[in-house]
Amino acid sequence: MSDIALTPPVPVTTEAPLIRALLIGVALIFVALFLFAPLVTVFVEALRQGWVAAIDALRLPDAQAAIRMTLTIAAIAVPINAAFGIAAAWAITKFDFPGKAFLITLIDLPFSVSPVVAGLMLVLLFGANSTLGGWLIANDMPIVFAFPGIVLATLFVTFPFVARELIPVMIEQGRAEEEAALTLGASGWRIFFTVTLPNIRWALLYGVLLCNARAMGEFGAVAVVSGKIRGETATMPTMVEMFYNEYLAVAAFTLAAVLAMLALLTLLLKSLLEWRHADLLAATRRH
Amino acid sequence: MNIEIEELAKEFGTTRALHPVSLSIPSGALVALLGPSGSGKTTLLRVLGGLEFPTSGRVLFGGQDATGLSVQERRAGFVFQSYALFKHMTVFENIAYGLRARPRKERPAEAEIGRRVNKLLDLIQLPDIGTRYPNQLSGGQRQRVALARALAIEPRMLLLDEPFGALDAKVRKELRHGLREIHDRTGLTTVFVTHDQGEAMELADLVVVMSMGRIEQVGKPAEIRAKPATDFVRSFTAA
Ligand SMILES: Nc1ncnc2c1ncn2[C@@H]1O[C@H](COP(=O)(O)OP(=O)(O)O)[C@@H](O)[C@H]1O
Ligand SMILES: [Mg+2]
Repeated sequence: MSDIALTPPVPVTTEAPLIRALLIGVALIFVALFLFAPLVTVFVEALRQGWVAAIDALRLPDAQAAIRMTLTIAAIAVPINAAFGIAAAWAITKFDFPGKAFLITLIDLPFSVSPVVAGLMLVLLFGANSTLGGWLIANDMPIVFAFPGIVLATLFVTFPFVARELIPVMIEQGRAEEEAALTLGASGWRIFFTVTLPNIRWALLYGVLLCNARAMGEFGAVAVVSGKIRGETATMPTMVEMFYNEYLAVAAFTLAAVLAMLALLTLLLKSLLEWRHADLLAATRRH
Repeated sequence: MNIEIEELAKEFGTTRALHPVSLSIPSGALVALLGPSGSGKTTLLRVLGGLEFPTSGRVLFGGQDATGLSVQERRAGFVFQSYALFKHMTVFENIAYGLRARPRKERPAEAEIGRRVNKLLDLIQLPDIGTRYPNQLSGGQRQRVALARALAIEPRMLLLDEPFGALDAKVRKELRHGLREIHDRTGLTTVFVTHDQGEAMELADLVVVMSMGRIEQVGKPAEIRAKPATDFVRSFTAA
């Protein structure tokens, strides 16, 4: 340590200290203004009338139903999209087949289509005015303005997250380790669980967390498809909007604060995992 | 086990990686596939290992048709060009992988796995590195671990793709002898790929010179030196 302290650190950039300080300052102000301040405001507004009012707001049946709905949707959509994302990334990176470029474009579709449009597509496809929708409703399996529609909308808008995270990682890693496992006699499933999955676990975790954040936060597509029926199809984001439109500021911001806390919790979880496995992370980083 | 390659061809789309080639490898031989980059060496090795299926032709192991056998069924020990060690496993787990992958009935007990892995670590003269991760090893150590991992499955043959390609000159020389020694001790039919004629000539019993997807000449190093079959062989082995 001491000999390091004796030699002055070699600057990696040539900018003058003043400019460096200025750049860092601008970045910090930007983060504070556009990320931190809004987040704080949500909590401040939620607690404007005190803890009791905030907790009472969460006791509202509509709020409770919305929380339950959002957690259920995320619990269903995230695992499904994690599985789909892994399968898509696996197919795209480990095999050559016709239509591959098209599939890659297709995966990005939910990113380029406005969520509202995505919701409308589902309404057109499964709504009462379509043949399929009419048949489904006649057979007591409504999709639009019901739970399945919300799941479908959430699946659609969150589809790219896992695949997008995995594809570059899997391309970079190539097929060599899988082929090695194959020559050692391992079956496809064993290779997947002992070689592929451990190699992509950090990217997968990150993709799942992003997917989860979006699944819980999605507004546009869900608003269109769910019909925002209170206590039935309203999710947390749509319920926040309805509370807000009814001038129930405390209820709106409290629910929003819970949503924000769920997001922060996800981030915390990620940091915690990275910290717990820091040594393994370092050991398995590419040489 | 002897290997027969009969009129083997491989195309990737419109690229002909292998024109029909035929080759006889006697049991227990140490064979070098020698040729410049892109001459089809890796492709031929991968077809032998079952990682690539030929467009036409046959492969026979010990007289039995093996063309349709899956990679797992071939039981060929394969050492990849950049070793393809499992980054997230220790050296011990890397070497034990093939034993653990066996069907339950044939899987050795944990104590037996430990015994075999340690024996292989002794064989590659790295008895103390079992708990390390691949990124904590030198290039030469990685190569030897890859070799031990391939040997752990008690392979019927050993296939190595540019086993010395990623190493510096000094380590290269040392490990050449290492490979020769391991070959002599195990008696396994061994095929290795190289673009270095010195390496092929020094190490191999039989050298297969390849160019543009064809086999130009097969012979003992001395024969190839003395009587190059084509101009290509003459110029390539003169270097
Ligand atoms: N997976 C592949 N797809 C398309 N072309 C390939 C593939 N693998 C090899 N080739 C082509 O086959 C030829 C022989 O390649 P290779 O066997 O790797 O040669 P070598 O190992 O002698 O350098 C080259 O022209 C190469 O571009
Ligand atoms: Mg090659």
